[in-house]
Amino acid sequence: MSLFLIVALPFLGALLPGLMVQAGRRACSITTGLVTLLALTGLLVNAPAVLSGEVQTARLEWLPGLGMNANFFLDPLGLFFAGLILGIGLLIIIYARFYLSREDSMGEFFTYLLLFQGAMVGIVLSDNVLVLLIFWELTSLSSFLLIGYWKHTAEGRQGARMALAVTGMGGLALIGGMLILGNIVGSYDLTEILQNREAIQASPLYLPALILILLGCFTKSAQFPFHFWLPHAMAAPTPVSAYLHSATMVKAGLFLMARLWPVLSGTDAWFYLVGTAGLITMVLGALIAIFKDDLKALLAFSTVSHLGLITMLLGFGTPFAALAAVFHILNHATFKAALFMTAGIVDHEAHTRDIKRLGGLRKLMPVTFVIATVASLSMAGIPLFNGFLSKEMMLEEAVHTTWAGSHWVLPVFVTIGALFSAAYSFRYVAHTFLGPVRDDYPHKPHDPGFGMWAPAAFLCVLVLAIGLMPFLVEPLVFTVAEAVIGGVGEIEEGYHLAIWHGLTPALLMSGIAVVGGLLLLALHRPLDRAWIATPRPEAKAMFDRLMAACVGGARGLTDALHDGALTRYAAIFTVTVVAAGAHAFWTGNLVVADRGGAIPDLVPLVGWALLVVSAAWLALSHRRRLLSLVLVSIVGLVISIGFNYFSAPDLALTQISVEVVTVILLLLALNFLPKTTPVESSVGKRTRDGLIAVVGGLGVGALSYALLVHEFAFETISDFHLENSYKGGGGHNVVNVILVDFRGFDTFGEIIVLGIAALVIYAATEALLSGPVRARLLNWVPDMVRAGDAHPLMMVVATRVMMPVVLMVGFYIFLRGHNEPGGGFIAGLVVAIGVVMQYMASGFAWADRRQRFPYHGIIGAGVLAAGLTGIGAWFAGQPFLTSDFGYARIPPFNEFELATAMAFDLGVFLAVVGAVLLSLESFSRIARRSNEQVSDYAMDIDPSRNEEA
Amino acid sequence: MEAMVASAVGVLTAAGLYLVLRLRTFPVIIGLSLLTYAVNVFLFGSGGLVVNEPPIWHEHDNSYTDPLPQALVLTAIVISFGMTAVSVVIALAAYLSGDDDSINMTPGEAEDDAP
Repeated sequence: MSLFLIVALPFLGALLPGLMVQAGRRACSITTGLVTLLALTGLLVNAPAVLSGEVQTARLEWLPGLGMNANFFLDPLGLFFAGLILGIGLLIIIYARFYLSREDSMGEFFTYLLLFQGAMVGIVLSDNVLVLLIFWELTSLSSFLLIGYWKHTAEGRQGARMALAVTGMGGLALIGGMLILGNIVGSYDLTEILQNREAIQASPLYLPALILILLGCFTKSAQFPFHFWLPHAMAAPTPVSAYLHSATMVKAGLFLMARLWPVLSGTDAWFYLVGTAGLITMVLGALIAIFKDDLKALLAFSTVSHLGLITMLLGFGTPFAALAAVFHILNHATFKAALFMTAGIVDHEAHTRDIKRLGGLRKLMPVTFVIATVASLSMAGIPLFNGFLSKEMMLEEAVHTTWAGSHWVLPVFVTIGALFSAAYSFRYVAHTFLGPVRDDYPHKPHDPGFGMWAPAAFLCVLVLAIGLMPFLVEPLVFTVAEAVIGGVGEIEEGYHLAIWHGLTPALLMSGIAVVGGLLLLALHRPLDRAWIATPRPEAKAMFDRLMAACVGGARGLTDALHDGALTRYAAIFTVTVVAAGAHAFWTGNLVVADRGGAIPDLVPLVGWALLVVSAAWLALSHRRRLLSLVLVSIVGLVISIGFNYFSAPDLALTQISVEVVTVILLLLALNFLPKTTPVESSVGKRTRDGLIAVVGGLGVGALSYALLVHEFAFETISDFHLENSYKGGGGHNVVNVILVDFRGFDTFGEIIVLGIAALVIYAATEALLSGPVRARLLNWVPDMVRAGDAHPLMMVVATRVMMPVVLMVGFYIFLRGHNEPGGGFIAGLVVAIGVVMQYMASGFAWADRRQRFPYHGIIGAGVLAAGLTGIGAWFAGQPFLTSDFGYARIPPFNEFELATAMAFDLGVFLAVVGAVLLSLESFSRIARRSNEQVSDYAMDIDPSRNEEA
Repeated sequence: MEAMVASAVGVLTAAGLYLVLRLRTFPVIIGLSLLTYAVNVFLFGSGGLVVNEPPIWHEHDNSYTDPLPQALVLTAIVISFGMTAVSVVIALAAYLSGDDDSINMTPGEAEDDAP
């Protein structure tokens, strides 16, 4: 089966449980199981080839420019992990089917589980580190959902949040580390990276990359000092704990360390960072586990401890240690998943997981007892169980490894770790199942149904099979270990996995551990009391304090910068930009002017003076709002003329027509707003604002000057447009051809945005008029004297006469647009102004009654016309918005040009007309509600006007 | 010529920034308009200042101004109308429903409004 399909199957399958749960819980779980089974089968089909040394690949270019491609490869290591993920996943699904109660939403649970499964399979099969990172984050997210599955419990929510915060933080660090690694090698493909051991280890960035990657791995695999999240994640339903927190997700960090082992390991930094963190985690986790009363917490810390063991082995950096690590990953996955399942069974049946309330379950739950015993003895490292084999290898390797020049540090500490490990394993069985039967269980326990214990029993069969006949898995373990080592070293010739290696130091250490473990169990009661009495740092409290400090700091910063005062944001923004500009100016180099330098004539200078005076006056007397409106329109007018002067007739036409509609709009708004701005800020504040404004203005002015007097730094693309305007676009007016042809897609987006803006205004007005403002408007008393002749005769007559002329001009501007200044934008604005003049002359109501087409429709028609023109190109086999033109002749007229761009421009025209008029109409509606007298006549004089007023 | 246009852009920016830093909606809207002018002229100027050579293609005539900034600025002008209109309607709605056209939240108001 294609690797793509194997990775995609769980994700696609995640759509099913939510649907299938309608058909019942059985159908739901069977579907989920089948999805996993299918993926597993697909994987196993590839297994023979992979194990014989053939690496399967599947490659798909995704974003080659970023070096990000959906490349997957399947080597023995990937196969091993994917097999664990899917195989144990299948068992967990069966177990969860019987574990979840009727109140739990099974569809939701299995959806999350499959999402998680897909993400995990993605991690282990990715050949591209960027894709791997995406899957890595997906596991964090899906495990967040799974841990917090019981949303009603506070522990669930807090545990999920803590897991997400810790693993998410590690994920961020990992991104940094992986990017550095990819940069050193020059490729983000793992297969490529794995070939470059020397280059990576010689790079000065090796250490930062290593630390960042290890942060990611340690947080994910709960290594000291990030081990604290895992026990809190135990608030999850037990199937989740068994799956994520024993067999799969926490092993993702181990997987990555194993995957990158050939290029990262073997240095002192690797040995001390990874080896030491692993050792500390192993001993510390085991110690805490002894004194945990919650069965799942006990198992959680034991998991932490075993993950530490594997990490330590990977940290040793020798081929034999890698072999032991791989073997222990396999063994741990089998016995730990089984143990979690037994913990879940006990909780399910006895309604408690508190070990102090349990005991004597041996007679009541014989099947569970047998399963738990087999798995525990394996965890304790008793011969004939598989845990023993890999633990012996670990002890053996520790004996031969020196730590900081000392021969005894590692052997002593690993023996202590193994001793603690034996102690909690024994305690798990002894305190839960042995002893007298009690009569105060919260619920009378008995063995669960077959479906619930079968998966755990199956794992126990594996535990025993591997423990008794290690040669069964030997080829697999060796092949996977060789894939980890990746040719950097060789496993000792002639070594075999075996129960008996002779009287070795490791056997002695094992013996000490087992005897010591039994001793600790016997002494548990007094030791437990002492443990409880000893003060210990509480990881959760520390984490909470750290989080609170971070949140407080972030909130403080946000509140200081973002306190709801727009003025402050604007000031901060301006000052920051000016500072950045100043920095660029001082550190950059300024080349001498190489263009321009013409002396302006008198007329442009007059225009300039007019603009500068108006702008300055505007700033000084902005409190008189009507005056500021007049001044701003002077500025706009000068700019329109300026555009015309500097060879931009299209811009001049557009600017002046936009100016007209903007001023009308602002006048409509000013009708309701106060007519003056009160003095609020002190002189000091105004001086400060003035200073900011002047500095900003100087900066922008200087930048503008620098831009104007320099030739282009890059070759301009304008020449292409000029050359092809007529040849390819059939138009003389290059600006218009750019708008409707070369950059037609832009313009298409543009008119849509304009239409949306108009609809927003319409919607805001509607909301306003249907809300409490309505009453306020109805009682509106105008704060200025109304004109006696609201609809003056002169104006009415003039606008009526002008209307056809305006329409004619608009039509003319529209038609000539392709070759002469003009086009849809300008024509639209001109026609809109023609209609607005009617509103002004005879009032909104009068004009509205004579307006037949709703403006929304006009906007829609415009966008539709432009879009259909674009789609039309498809029928000619061309990409969207490709234009065409030709010449036609209707006698007796001259030959004229027909271009599809004209239909597009028509769309622009309609959209602009609709948008402008809809905006103005919306504003007028507010005015109309405010008790404005609606006249039925085109012109009228208000006789009630008081002359003295 | 270049100094003239550049200084005009600078003055428009300064006046616009000063108005944007005011405390009421109307001056801020006017200030935004001034900033829009400044930005448009700035972008327009990136093609260089050319007098009397409009970007209309003619055979046998090779003197044009740069059409590209013009096309970009043309749409920018039209869009700026949309932007002004939306900010005006927001300002108006805020004033009509709150009887206050100040642009800043008063201290403490942000917390009260939080859901």
